[in-house]
Amino acid sequence: MIRFDQVYKRYANGREALAGVSFAIEAGELAFLTGHSGAGKSSILKLIALIERPTRGQVVINQQNTASIKPRGIPQFRRLIGVVFQDHKLLHDRPVADNVALPLIIAGTPQREIDKRVRAALDQVGLLSKEKCRPLELSTGEQQRVGIARAVVTKPKLLIADEPTGNLDPDLAVEIMQLFKRFNDVGVTVVIATHDVHLIDRFAARRIVLDDGRVVSAASDLVA
Amino acid sequence: MMDGWSAPPRTWSRKLARAVQTWLARHAQTLVGSLGRIVRHPLATLMTMAVIAIALALPLFLDVLLQNARVATADWNQAFDLSVYLDKKAGSERAQGLAKQLRAREDVAAVRVITAEQAFKDFRTASGFGKALDALADNPLPNTLVVTPTLAASTAEGTESLKSSIGAMSNVEVVQLDTEWVQRLNAMLDVLRRVVWLTGALLGLGVALVVGNTIRLDILNRRAEIEVMKLVGATDSFARRPFLYSGIWYGLGGGVGAVLLVAVAVAVLAGPIERLAVLYGSRFHLEGLGWVTGARVLGVAIALGWFGSWVAATRHIRAVEPT
Repeated sequence: MIRFDQVYKRYANGREALAGVSFAIEAGELAFLTGHSGAGKSSILKLIALIERPTRGQVVINQQNTASIKPRGIPQFRRLIGVVFQDHKLLHDRPVADNVALPLIIAGTPQREIDKRVRAALDQVGLLSKEKCRPLELSTGEQQRVGIARAVVTKPKLLIADEPTGNLDPDLAVEIMQLFKRFNDVGVTVVIATHDVHLIDRFAARRIVLDDGRVVSAASDLVA
Repeated sequence: MMDGWSAPPRTWSRKLARAVQTWLARHAQTLVGSLGRIVRHPLATLMTMAVIAIALALPLFLDVLLQNARVATADWNQAFDLSVYLDKKAGSERAQGLAKQLRAREDVAAVRVITAEQAFKDFRTASGFGKALDALADNPLPNTLVVTPTLAASTAEGTESLKSSIGAMSNVEVVQLDTEWVQRLNAMLDVLRRVVWLTGALLGLGVALVVGNTIRLDILNRRAEIEVMKLVGATDSFARRPFLYSGIWYGLGGGVGAVLLVAVAVAVLAGPIERLAVLYGSRFHLEGLGWVTGARVLGVAIALGWFGSWVAATRHIRAVEPT
C-alpha cells in the first residue's frame, strides 16, 4: 500500500527532515510512526498526502508512484486517502454533519447518498446525536471523532493520522486509538504518527521508529 | 435480446441525469450559500455594492442625458430647410413670384412665404419685446421664403447646390441653411458619446478591480477553510466556486444600485428640465433608462463582478496550499 524508497526531504529553509527513509506498509496493516518530535513523522505523512514532494527517492502509494502525479491530479489522489489531523481542521461555521459531508460534496456524490453515508460515519464514531452541533460546542475528543468521521466517510482504503491523540487525555486517547483499530479490523490500512510510546504499547501493531530523519527500526508484527 | 441491448444506455442516461441533477443542486446551493455569507457582513457588502453602483451610475447617467439630447435634436436633423432672405427692394409680390419660380424646381418640395409684416408680428409676440418695437419707424425685417427641399435633395450636396442656385437669383440677399448648427451639435454629441464610452470602460475596469480586491480579502480570511477543502480533495475550481458567486452577487447588487441611482437622478431632473423645455416652446420629456437598458446594465454589472472575482480567485486560491 505504501512504499518509501530512499526518500530524502529537505525543506526550503535547509532543514533535512528525511535522510534516506525506506519502508513498506502492506494493505490492511496498522502501523505506528514513532519517534521524538522533529524525527520526520509528519514529513512522511505529508509526502503520503502529497502536501509535500520528496527531494529525492520514490514514494509509491497504492501502486502509484507519486512523482507521476501532476498538480492537477492531486485532488483526485487525495480523495482516496482519509486524513486525520492533530488540530482536527474542522470548519467551525457549519454543523458537524456538513463537516463530515465535505469530502462527499467535493466528490460530487448525490445528496441522498451523502445523507446516508454521513449518518453511517457519525454512527461509527458514536456522534450520531451531535450531527446538528457546531464543532466548537463539542469537546476536544468529540471534535477529533468528527475529524475521523470526515476521514472515513468516503470509505478510503488508506487512513493516515498525524498525532490524533496529541491534545487528548489518556483515557480519550485510548478510545480514539481503539476507533482506528476498528477501522483497521475491517480492512483499512491505517498509519498513525504519534510520539506517545506508552499509548501504543497497548496495541499489538507494527512500529516504524524514526530518529533524526532516519528509520531506526521498521519491524513488522511477525518479527516482533 | 433487444432489452438486453437497450438496457445499458438507459441506465447510463439515468446516471448522467443524476450527475447533472447533483451538479445543478450543488451550484444552486453554492449560489445561495455565498449570498448568505455576504449578507452576514451587511455593512461591508453594502459598501462594496455602493462603490460599484456609483462607478456604474456615473457613465450611465451621462449616457441617459446624451440619449435624450439625441432624441431632442432628431426632429431638427430632418429639417433641412433653407431660409431665403430677400433684399429690401423686393416687395411681397416679388416674393410670391420667386416662390412660384422655386416651387417649379424639381428639388423643391415646398415654399412658404413669410412676409415682412407677418415676420414682424411673429417677432413681437415671440420675442417679448412687444411694445418696444412700436418705437421703430419702419419694419426692419425683410420678406422671407422658407424653402423645403424634396427628400431626395435633402443631402449635404443637394442642399448645398440648391443654396447656391437660389443665392444667384435676383433680389436674394442671403440664403441660410438652418441645419448647420444642428450638425455642429451632433458632432459635439458624438464626441461626448465617445467620452462617455471611455469613462464607462475605465469605471467598468474599476468595478472589476474593486470586486477582485474584495474577493482577495475574503480568500485571505477564509484561508484555513480553503486549505481544509484542498486537503480532502477539492480542486481549485471547486474552492473557487463560492467566490465566483460572491462576485456575481456583488455585481448584481451594484448594478441594481446603479439603476436606482440613475432613476432617482432622472426623477429629480425631469421636472426642472421639462419646465425649461416649456420656456423654449418644446414638449421635451426626459426619458429614463427603460427596461432593456436596465437589464443590460444588470448583465454588464454581473459580468464585471464575475470577471473581477474570477481573476482574483483563480490567482489567490492557487496560492493557498496546505502545509
